[in-house]
Amino acid sequence: MSTIQQELEKRILVIDGAMGTMIQRYKLSEEDYRGERFKDWPSDVKGNNDLLNLTQPQIITEIHKQYLDAGADILETNTFSSTSIAMADYDMQSLAYELNVAAAKCAREAIRQSGKQAWVAGAIGPLNKTLSLSPDVNNPGFRAVTFDEVVDAYYEQVKGMVDGGVDLLLIETIFDTLNAKGAIFAIKKFFRETGTETLPIMISGTITDASGRTLSGQTLEAFYTSVAHARPLSVGLNCALGAKEMRPHIAELSQIAGCYISAYPNAGLPNAMGEYDEDPVQTGHFLEDWAKEGFVNIVGGCCGTTPDHIKHIADNVRKLAPRKRPVVDKELA
Amino acid sequence: MSDTIHIKPFLRLSGLEPLVVRPETNFVNIGERTNVTGSKKFARLIRENKLEEALSVARQQVESGAQVIDVNMDDALLDGVVAMREFINLMQSEPDIAKIPLMIDSSKFEIIEAGLKCVQGKCIVNSISMKEGEQKFIEQALICQAYGAAVIVMAFDEKGQADTEDRKVEICHRAYKILVDQVGFDPQDIIFDPNIFAVATGLEEHNNYGVDFINATRRIKELMPLTGISGGVSNLSFSFRGNETVREAMHSVFLLYAIKAGMNMGIVNAGALVVYDEIEPKLRELCENVILNRNNDNNEATEALITFAETVKAKGKVEVKNEAWRGTSVEERLKHSLVNGITDFIDIDTEEARQKYPRPLEVIEGPLMAGMSVVGDLFGAGKMFLPQVVKSARVMKKSVAWLTPFIEEEKRNNPNALNGNVKKILLATVKGDVHDIGKNIVGVVLGCNGYDIVDMGVMVPTDKILDTAEREQADIIGLSGLITPSLDEMVNVAHEMKRRGMTQPLLIGGATTSRMHTAVKIAPQYDNGVVHVLDASRSVTVAGSLLAVDQKAPFLEKITQEYIKLKHDFDNKKVVKAYLPFPDAQANQVKIGWEAYKAVTPTFTGTKVFRDYDLGELREYIDWKPFFISWELHGNFPAILTDDKVGDAATKLYKDANDLLDKIVGEKWLSAQGVVGYWPAAKIAGDTIEVSRATGKIHLESLRQQIQKAPGQPNLSLSDFIKPAEYLKEGETDYLGAFSVTIHGIEPHIKRFEAALDDYNKIMLQALADRFAEAFAEALHSRTRKEFWGYVKDETLSNEELIKEQYVGIRPAPGYPACPDHTEKYKLFDLLGGEEATGIHLTESLAMYPASSVCGWYFSHPQSQYFGVGKIQPDQFEDYLSRKGMDRADLERWLRPVME
Repeated sequence: MSTIQQELEKRILVIDGAMGTMIQRYKLSEEDYRGERFKDWPSDVKGNNDLLNLTQPQIITEIHKQYLDAGADILETNTFSSTSIAMADYDMQSLAYELNVAAAKCAREAIRQSGKQAWVAGAIGPLNKTLSLSPDVNNPGFRAVTFDEVVDAYYEQVKGMVDGGVDLLLIETIFDTLNAKGAIFAIKKFFRETGTETLPIMISGTITDASGRTLSGQTLEAFYTSVAHARPLSVGLNCALGAKEMRPHIAELSQIAGCYISAYPNAGLPNAMGEYDEDPVQTGHFLEDWAKEGFVNIVGGCCGTTPDHIKHIADNVRKLAPRKRPVVDKELA
Repeated sequence: MSDTIHIKPFLRLSGLEPLVVRPETNFVNIGERTNVTGSKKFARLIRENKLEEALSVARQQVESGAQVIDVNMDDALLDGVVAMREFINLMQSEPDIAKIPLMIDSSKFEIIEAGLKCVQGKCIVNSISMKEGEQKFIEQALICQAYGAAVIVMAFDEKGQADTEDRKVEICHRAYKILVDQVGFDPQDIIFDPNIFAVATGLEEHNNYGVDFINATRRIKELMPLTGISGGVSNLSFSFRGNETVREAMHSVFLLYAIKAGMNMGIVNAGALVVYDEIEPKLRELCENVILNRNNDNNEATEALITFAETVKAKGKVEVKNEAWRGTSVEERLKHSLVNGITDFIDIDTEEARQKYPRPLEVIEGPLMAGMSVVGDLFGAGKMFLPQVVKSARVMKKSVAWLTPFIEEEKRNNPNALNGNVKKILLATVKGDVHDIGKNIVGVVLGCNGYDIVDMGVMVPTDKILDTAEREQADIIGLSGLITPSLDEMVNVAHEMKRRGMTQPLLIGGATTSRMHTAVKIAPQYDNGVVHVLDASRSVTVAGSLLAVDQKAPFLEKITQEYIKLKHDFDNKKVVKAYLPFPDAQANQVKIGWEAYKAVTPTFTGTKVFRDYDLGELREYIDWKPFFISWELHGNFPAILTDDKVGDAATKLYKDANDLLDKIVGEKWLSAQGVVGYWPAAKIAGDTIEVSRATGKIHLESLRQQIQKAPGQPNLSLSDFIKPAEYLKEGETDYLGAFSVTIHGIEPHIKRFEAALDDYNKIMLQALADRFAEAFAEALHSRTRKEFWGYVKDETLSNEELIKEQYVGIRPAPGYPACPDHTEKYKLFDLLGGEEATGIHLTESLAMYPASSVCGWYFSHPQSQYFGVGKIQPDQFEDYLSRKGMDRADLERWLRPVME
């Protein structure tokens, strides 16, 4: 077995596509979400996709398996909202740890079944509360959550993922860099305190619109500078934009980042119905172009992408060389 | 595909936008106005919670070209953590401010961390250092790294702030190796602050500070080329405060050379920097000489710049204040200056009054006394407080100093013009005692009330006091003392006054004195009036009563009756107290489970000397409450700062004290010398502790409470806290420690303040030196517990808890209640290496000189506690006498305070 770093030197790796889009295809009912264990849960849980790690693990494993078959090298765990803070929406704070363990196991199980080499990336989402922005327009100094609370929530999530057996930690869909810094802080704290072997960190930000800034207002370079202390394996962008809109930002990032570059855009921009309708062939072509330009090391899909999209991406980049990492100079001259 | 990209090791910071510090960046301006310690306006806005306006200060900084914005909330009146968090959160919601990177500035790491938790961008932490040792440094660096911040590292280590070129380079290099090799910092994320100190202070040893910084910068950049160099430029020109023209020129000249050497960022008021080429050539040259320490033998360059500075000052900007009072009559203006303690206009106003009044003396007797009587009334009514009164006195003194030559001249022309109507009060601290803060305050307050004060200083022998009193025809004699032997000395003075047949009343004051002691011991010695004065404010009414012909007799009669009654009560009460026979008291010693106890072994035995201990560190240990008490402001700190009644005065005093502290620490006015020692010890029979050192054994003798205690309560003696020899196994031992600390270097500054007629700062400095000595004792005790002896390694007490003595173990001082025999101090000093170790000299009364000194024993047993021995009986005295092997009369004299 080679390490992910060795593989990244050799080829472009493929990360999987959307989980939510795939879950929708199963048309699960409230009862399906609840399963036996939560049949008497006081609040509605339909739509809590992360809960399926516990109640329908075979479905999650099956979706992972489809992405593996399509050519994914990296599977993202189904844990976008598996933190005590995000789970509070369902009164399920106490399940956060368990959800992450279960999610990691689902992904591991899919890899075991497929028999191919792949890596499990623990997906660390952005939270539904932000540290840099006030939810109250009349009180701009107010914050709905504190840094310490964010760190605690992420710490618990990381612990669950690591205990469940992930290979990588992926902080993704970052629209507030301070939340991401909380996640980085939690990860460092976790490895320092537990003494377990550190896992590579992947960081993926989100540029929300044509301004080229994050939701919390940072330019791309400012964003990268703010998270570089994580010494990440890769930095990149995902979500919010389709490949067409994301291209200039990925081009810029590939010039300034010393680590590997990842990119997994949405399947275009949502249409009038709120659906993503970019054709897999199209997506495949966009990413093929990036690869030819030498922008990327890891590619895949976000909202609206399916195993079919991933298959086209994987097929198109397979024969192309990965971006060469810049030389990080140790001296000024 | 493009060629290989190179990513350069530049310092990269970010707000909403990135800031890359490249070699060609030249100099990064750090905005300094959002700093409560540096900007009065900003501090006020924050304190008053006018955050919108405070934000506009930040916005102005950005607009005027700051590339990084420094935020500092270190203010005693603020909860720094909350203030930092709230202000940064607000800043973050203003894109035009949040676009530039932040520098989070605090001397308290928890405030820094609070700031780091609010910023998405990559900040600079200002600052961390090795002053508390490597471990703390590494810990803090790791935290900074976890938040992704660059750091400013102060050239500061366990031994103190680096002031020479070599020390600066050496400390920075050491810090660099730790950060890069152990912590894993990127070298470009390290910025050194090699300490910019004030030059042209008049002290020759400060003259090279500019050169030291510039040279150190050059060497640091050669040795560690990726690092940055920063500094607080305004420190440099501290001596020229108030003279912005000279200050700006100095900054500009300094930056030119420092930047050439490699300094690449600094905290400067960018808007207030004069362009090098536009500095007046003469001034520029003088600044260069001073900063580069050229032509500066015997301070010549410094003197030249000071002289020049005077000429620019006159045309300098005058601060716009509420000057409406300047339009009133000269009498009103003098009164205003006196009441408000303003010295700025006192010379011109005094001169105007002198020309208006027929004789200079009438200025004093007229408007000045009228003004001071307002001060006196306000003070009496509790509307002014001592610190303000002392400031008023400073104004008065300056005015009188202006008039004195004219009065002298008049005297020469017309010897009969003056009739000595002013009453004279002589003040002295008695022989063997060196403490005079209280006496100085009394002198100032009485001086304010129109008395002529003859202050004889400290350690004045009885004969000299009385000779002077007779020669000067003093109307009152006032004695002061702080240590217990001074009480006997006062008895002696009273006795001598009677023998000489003197008539003037005697005032008694000082910390150990009491109404009871005065009534019982001193008053019976002298028949013409002995009065105990509780504090400076009482001294005015007492002096007034004694010097008014019609009041003196009834006043003294009343006091005498009071004292007779006190003495009577005292004599009667004596009988009521029951004492144990000494052997019974010894048998009732503290019960300690010695079998199970094993003493912690100190990390070393023998002594460890501390030279020039870092005052900045000691500052953190200061217990402010006694400081306020010395100014007769009573209350707990920091609550006193917001007290309804004295809050304003206390706040002002506290601010003045901190301003002076900044100078004391920054310009190293004082030096702290200390020594600690630990030795094997055992209690051998009775109340004797045997201490073993390399050169032999020393026996320490302790006194024991002899009063009948409640059932179950022990009769305490310090020896009870040391493991008795009979419990010690083969090879086992207990330990005893000792320390002495002192603050040197106050004299030249006291002289300077005296010369400037500035009692306010003189007393302030004395009070602060005392606080430093106590803080030093606290610091060494803390390190003894946690580090050197290490018997409570994991202690985490706040300064407040330390002040409340919540620590394990005690540090009683010879001469204080638990060990009232001062003569044991000889042994303590002997063990600690004699007077040479710290330069403390013991007077014949065993007071320590310099006055700001503290010594004591260390006991580590968890059951050891502070207590008072109280009175002892003749049987214990006999036993103690045999143990001490002293002359009977001598020992009687020393133990008189604890004998019946």
